Order: sequence, then C-alpha cells, then structure tokens
Amino acid sequence: MTCTEFLAQLDEMLDQPVAAPLRADLEEHLRGCEHCEITLNTTRKTIEIYRSHEIYELPEDLRDRLHRAIRAKCRKC
Amino acid sequence: MEAFEKLVRQYDRQVFRIAQHIVQNREDAEDVVQDAFLKAYEKLDQFQGNSKFYTWLVRIAVNEALMRLRKRRTGRMVSIDEDVETDEGSMPRDLADWSPDPEALYGQSEMAEILRKTIQGLPPGFRVVFALRDVEGLSTEETAETLGLSIPAVKSRLLRARLQLRERLSRYFKRRDQKQAQDGAK
Repeated sequence: MTCTEFLAQLDEMLDQPVAAPLRADLEEHLRGCEHCEITLNTTRKTIEIYRSHEIYELPEDLRDRLHRAIRAKCRKC
Repeated sequence: MEAFEKLVRQYDRQVFRIAQHIVQNREDAEDVVQDAFLKAYEKLDQFQGNSKFYTWLVRIAVNEALMRLRKRRTGRMVSIDEDVETDEGSMPRDLADWSPDPEALYGQSEMAEILRKTIQGLPPGFRVVFALRDVEGLSTEETAETLGLSIPAVKSRLLRARLQLRERLSRYFKRRDQKQAQDGAK
C-alpha cells in the first residue's frame, strides 16, 4: 500500500470500524510509515480539538435578543 | 407558537454555530438565525416527517447563510462548490508530530481563537461540510441530503477539509514550539 492509497482510506480509519482485511493492510502500512502515522494521529486530534472547543458561542444576552426578534417576526406572519 | 419556541430553544445554538462557520461574521450569523427560524415557521406545513426536523432546519439555515455570504461579497456568486478544486491539503506536508499536546500549551480562549482563524481560511464549501459532519455530528448521508451533494462529494470534501485544517494547525503549533525553543535558548 502506498501513502496515497493510505490517505484515500484515512476517513475510513477515522470514522468507522474498518473491515478486517483492509484494516490489516492499513496497519501494516502504518507500521512502516511514520509520516502516515503522524498524519492519522494529528488529523484525529484536529477533529477532537474542534469538537471539544465551542468556537462560536451564543451568549445568553444575544440568545434572548434573538428569541424576542424571532417571536415578534413569527407573530406578524 | 409555544411548541415552536421550544424548537427555537432546542436548536438555536446549533443554527448559530453553523451560520458562523459559513458567514464568519457575527451580525450576519444573527440575521441567519432569525431568518432561518422565521422561514421554518412559515414553512412548517411543508415539513415532511420523513426527514428529521433538525436536518430540515439546517438545510434552511445553510441556504440562508450562503445567500448572506453572497450579499456581503456584493453580488459575487458564492456556492458550496466554490474553491473546492484546490490542491491544498491533498498531500500532507507538515509532518511534525504534535508533542507536547497542543491543548496543554494553549488556554481555552487562545485555542478557540486559533481554531477560528484556522477554519476561516477554508473555502465555504469545505467549512460547511466539516461543520456539519465533524462539529455537529451529522452523518455523511444527512450532510449530503442537507447540502444537495452526492455522498462521494461529501466524503472528498470532508477529507480535504480535515487535511487542510490539520496542516494549518500544524503551522500554528510549530510556531509555538519554535518560540518556546528560542525563549529557552535566551
């Protein structure tokens, strides 16, 4: 398996349990390729960091204001 | 009306977050939230129970956000197909491992700022796929249905978005490492 072929399967490794024959191929490639191992680990970490940080928080005062505006608009229609 | 208000309270944070991911601007995101819920209210009778209310609402919000982005760019067409033909991130270049753990190096607000700056540089068509799949946790099928894309298109954009974000974050984390090494040498 080449790095390009590994990369094409990266999402499979990240998202779901991979079927046994493919998993064996991927793991074999990983054992011999530090670059792909780092790519897999840091991509996994990228997703984890984005999931665990609320980067666009909705503050309570803005939330209240939005609720009032939505209520007023919906009542008019 | 009371039942609808309950739905607003249930989904407003998600809709705001998705809108911010697309428009990258707080005032526009506020308008998107208002317009998306208003449209959902007006079209409630068209909502068909075969898709979940949330994915139906997200589809409305994504369309509103893309329209808003187009207006801001004064008439320049903005679609989820824009700039997706880039090669950036297709082959990882920055291959240093992230050690020590970046989350130990940055405070919460500093990290959030880095994440905002990083995702801002992605084309809208990548940002939205990443936001729906990886941040909001929609399935590939739901994301495809919401955006009107094929499943292979969602998968390909998601991979590219993840790799571009990884590459960009790597550059940030490396700068911090280098700065610490320099400070240590002084």
